[in-house]
Amino acid sequence: MIMEDFKVNTMAETMSRGEKPEILFWVGCAGSFDDRAKKVTKALAKILHHAGLKFAVLGTEESCTGDPAKRAGNEFLFQMSAMNNIMVLNGYEVTKIVTGCPHCFNTLKNEYPELGGNYEVLHHSQLLQELMDAGKITVQGGAYQGKKITFHDPCYLGRANNVYEAPRQVIMRLDSLMTEMKRSRANGLCCGAGGAQMFKEPESGKKDINMERAEEALASTPDAIAVACPFCMTMMSDGVKLHEKEDTVKVKDIAEMIAEAMDL
Amino acid sequence: MKEFPVYVVFSNLKLVEMISQFLFILLLSVGIYFFVIRVKKVMRNINLGREKVINDRKSERWQTMARVAMGQSKMGSRPVAAFFHLLIYIGFVIINIEVLEIMIDGVFGTHRVLSFLGGFYDFLIGSFEYLAIGVLVACVVFLVRRNVIRLKRFHMAEMTSWPKSDANLILITEIFLMTAFLVMNASDALLQSRGVPHYVMAGAFPVSSSLFGMLGSYSNEALIMIERGCWWFHIVGIIAFLNYVPYSKHFHILLAFPNTWYSTLNPKGQFNNMESVTNEVKLMMDPAAVPPPTDPNGVPQRFGAKDVKDLNWKQLMDAYSCTECGRCTSVCPANITGKLLSPRKIMMDTRDRLEEVGKNLDQKGADYDDGKSLINDYIKEEEIWACTTCNACVEACPILIDPLSIILDLRRFKVMEESAAPAELNGMFTKMENNGAPWQFSPADRMNWTEN
Repeated sequence: MIMEDFKVNTMAETMSRGEKPEILFWVGCAGSFDDRAKKVTKALAKILHHAGLKFAVLGTEESCTGDPAKRAGNEFLFQMSAMNNIMVLNGYEVTKIVTGCPHCFNTLKNEYPELGGNYEVLHHSQLLQELMDAGKITVQGGAYQGKKITFHDPCYLGRANNVYEAPRQVIMRLDSLMTEMKRSRANGLCCGAGGAQMFKEPESGKKDINMERAEEALASTPDAIAVACPFCMTMMSDGVKLHEKEDTVKVKDIAEMIAEAMDL
Repeated sequence: MKEFPVYVVFSNLKLVEMISQFLFILLLSVGIYFFVIRVKKVMRNINLGREKVINDRKSERWQTMARVAMGQSKMGSRPVAAFFHLLIYIGFVIINIEVLEIMIDGVFGTHRVLSFLGGFYDFLIGSFEYLAIGVLVACVVFLVRRNVIRLKRFHMAEMTSWPKSDANLILITEIFLMTAFLVMNASDALLQSRGVPHYVMAGAFPVSSSLFGMLGSYSNEALIMIERGCWWFHIVGIIAFLNYVPYSKHFHILLAFPNTWYSTLNPKGQFNNMESVTNEVKLMMDPAAVPPPTDPNGVPQRFGAKDVKDLNWKQLMDAYSCTECGRCTSVCPANITGKLLSPRKIMMDTRDRLEEVGKNLDQKGADYDDGKSLINDYIKEEEIWACTTCNACVEACPILIDPLSIILDLRRFKVMEESAAPAELNGMFTKMENNGAPWQFSPADRMNWTEN
C-alpha cells in the first residue's frame, strides 16, 4: 500500500518478488487499529524508510501476539495465538523483528522461543538507537531542541527486559533537556494498562493509576512526556487530559519525536 | 566459722561444673532437635507444591546468591534500612564466632577457650563488642521506625497483630541478647582484673568497659553470678531464637540463601510456559500430532492454582522466605491507588494457608479436605484482577520473591478452570479468537494505517 511517498511492503509481496527484507516490522494491534497509535506506526515506518532499511510488515496476516490473554491467565488462547503467528513467521523465515510495542516485544522475544519461534527481537527504541549510532539517521535541532522532556518507562521494556538506556539515548539526540520523574527506570510506576488492564475497568480504589502517574510526570513541568508503548500513550494522554494540561504538555512516542525532528 | 576443707570446696565446684555442663549439653541437644523437627516440617510443606526442576546455569545461581543474599545488593534502594539491616546482619554472622566459643566452653566446662589466640582474640572480642553495640542501636532504630515514626508500610491492612508483634518480639529479644553479652564481658573483665581464678586474662573490652563503673562495687561472688547469669541468658536466648525463627517471618535469615539461588534467571517479563497447554494446543492445531505419553494412574493436574498445592515448591518457598518488609506493596501501583491488592498479603496468605494445609495433614490425615482454598478463602478475586503485572513488586523484593507468579497462577485457575474472568476480559478473549485482536476490528483493516 502507498504511504505518501513510499510503499509499505507486506512479507507476502516481498517474498513473491523473491526478495527477503532485512527486518520485519511487527505493527501490533494498537499500532494497526488505535488512531493515536497509528500515527506512531507511521512515524516509525517513515524513519525506517528514510534510514534505507528494507523492511516489511505482515499486514492482514498479523494477529495479536497473545500478550493480554497470557497476562489475564488464558494460556490456551495465548498459545493458540502464538502458534498461529509462529507458523506465519517461520513460513516467511523471519529472523529479525522490530516492534512498536513493548508488550509485543516481550512476548515475541521471551515467550515465543519455547513454542518454536526463535527470532532476534528489537523494540523500536533499540532499533532507533542502532540506526543513530550507525549514522543512518541524524537529528539536528528540530522541534524538541531545548525542550524539557520526561520519559515514562514502559514496564515491559524496563523492568521486564532491562531496557532503560535505549529510549533515553534516543531522546538525548533531540538536544532536549531530559528530566527524570521521581519514580523512573527500575522504580518506574506502571501507567495502569499492563496485565490486560487496558481492556477492563480498574478495581475500585482511591484513584486511577494513570492519574497518579500523570501527576508525577506533570510535577517535573515538562514540555512533553515521551512514551514508548501504545498502552502508555493512551493512559498518559488520558491522565494529562484529565489534569487539563493537554494544550501545554504533549504526550509523544519517541518515534514521533524523532520523525518530527527529522521533518519526516 | 568452720572452714570447709579445700578438697570439699574443690569437689563441690567440680560437681557444679559437671551439672552445668550436663544441663548445657541437654539444652543444646533439645534445642537443635526441635529446630530440626520444625525445619523438616517446613520442608515437607514446601514439597507439597508441584515439582519444578531448577538446576540449570549453576554458576549464575551461585553468583546471584552471593550478590543478593550475602551481599544484600537489593537492600540499598532504601539506604537507612539498608545500613541498619547491614549492622544487624554482620553482627549476627560474626558474633556467631563468639557463640562457637560459648558452645565449646559450655560442653567442656572451659572458659574463653579461644583465648590462646592472644592478640587476635583481643581483636575478635573487641570487634564483637563494637558489633554488639551496633546491633543494639540498629534494633532500637528499627523499633522506633515501626512503633514511633510508624512507617506506612509497617501499618497496612495485612499487618495485623501477629505480624507486628513478631517483628517487635525479635527486635526486643536481640536487644536483651546484646545487653547480656556486654554485661557478661564487663563482669568478666572485672573478674579478670581482680585475679579471680578461672577468669584468665583475655579479650579487649572497648565497649563494655563503660559498664565498669556500674559493676565495680559488686563483690567477686556477685560478679560471678552476673557473669554466669548473662552467659546462660545469652546461650538460652540463642537456642530459643533458633527455635523461634522457623515459626516466624525471621526465617528469611536462612531461606534468603536458597531462595535467591533458586530464583528465576529469565527476564522478568517472561511468564512461564504451561506445557500441559502446549500439548493440547498442538493436538488441536494438528490432528496428526502424537500426544505425549501420560501416566494412566495419574490425576490430571488442574490448570493454574486454586490452592497452595497447585503452586510449585519454589512459590511456596517464597512464601516462607518473606519477611513482610512490605517493599513490594509500597511500590505496587494497584495498592498505591487504593486497590485491595497487596503483593505482601499474597505471600503471607500463601504461607498461612500452607501452614493450615500442613496442620490438617498432620492432624487429620491426607484424605481430609477442609473445603477451603487459597483463592476465595484467603485471596479475593478482586485482589488478583487488580494486578497490572508490572513487576514492581518482583523488582522491589530484596530476596527475589515473585508474588506475580502466584497472582498469575490464580488467574489461570479462574480463567481456565472456572471461566470466571471479569466480563470485559471475556469479551476481549472472544475478540481475540474471532478477529485476532483484543478489539473488534477486521484483520482486513490491518494496513489502514498506511493510508492518509
